[in-house]
Amino acid sequence: MSETIAITVNGERREVAAGESLAALLRAIGLDTRKVAVERNEEIVPRSTYPEVTLAAGDQLEIVHFIGGG
Amino acid sequence: MDGTPAMTGDDTWEVAGRRFRSRLIVGTGRYKSLEETGAAIAASGAEIVTVAVRRVNLSDPGAPMLQDFVSPKDYTYLPNTAGCHTASEAVRTLRLAREAGGWNLVKLEVLGPPPYLYPDMAGTFEAAEALIKDGFEVMVYCADDPVAAKRLEDMGCVAIMPLGAPIGSGLGLTNPFMIRSIKQNAKVPVLVDAGIGTASDAAKAMELGCDAVLLNSAIAHAKDPVRMAIAMKAAVEAGRGAFLAGRMPWNYNADASSPMTGLIR
Repeated sequence: MSETIAITVNGERREVAAGESLAALLRAIGLDTRKVAVERNEEIVPRSTYPEVTLAAGDQLEIVHFIGGG
Repeated sequence: MDGTPAMTGDDTWEVAGRRFRSRLIVGTGRYKSLEETGAAIAASGAEIVTVAVRRVNLSDPGAPMLQDFVSPKDYTYLPNTAGCHTASEAVRTLRLAREAGGWNLVKLEVLGPPPYLYPDMAGTFEAAEALIKDGFEVMVYCADDPVAAKRLEDMGCVAIMPLGAPIGSGLGLTNPFMIRSIKQNAKVPVLVDAGIGTASDAAKAMELGCDAVLLNSAIAHAKDPVRMAIAMKAAVEAGRGAFLAGRMPWNYNADASSPMTGLIR
């Protein structure tokens, strides 16, 4: 059994493998990274760095996209 | 005679160095479906569309997205801060929008509480300052207050967008004198944003000399949104044409059009 850590994604608690990258998480969720933006602990994560960003216990992620609005 | 002067072709407007022909900016919210959104926006002739930034639905990550129906290749996306009631929420939202789309032209709105969602000008000034410092080009939703509007322009906002009436109210231009005053004082584009209910409201805003009109619900909540989109396109063009033509003076006495000479006796 590999070790897991708890993070929060869009307000929901989620368990991920320790050492998992942000890119791997987005892939696991099934998101097209070209259409979303990610904030980690209130800091923007540049898209080009997703593979190098290693998730840490307690991370607060916001993953957003564009929807209809006025 | 060929063509109609100034209604087409060379009558363009510019915001933050980008040139546009359509003077109608439309929102992409409140439609019944993404298909209807795409059809109505195409019918409106708009070149700029406002979009909101929201959390991805993690339980349905493959759901169709706005971009698939209103492509950022075809339209200039103008990310908004709808729903933000503080400067910090608005700034966070637009930083995410810039990362998602790469755009620095944005619509800032910091709203007061329901039921009016009237612009919170203290929060708006604070957010505008932070965004401009961070390299954004800010089109700003604001109160119909010429002093506040001038201050936003002096801070470096690229367009001033006073409300015609509360968001989604469809009440039209409740204070046309103030809209006109703001336009007369401004060197950057002035747009009426919010409150437009029907075609004549949009035409009236353009007749006051506004550079463009921004609306959403007037089309999305019409019984037939595509037909209303076509009507709005025509109204904005008609209002602009009337403004350029220069309306006749108001006159409180009759002034007959037919000659008063040669009458039969």
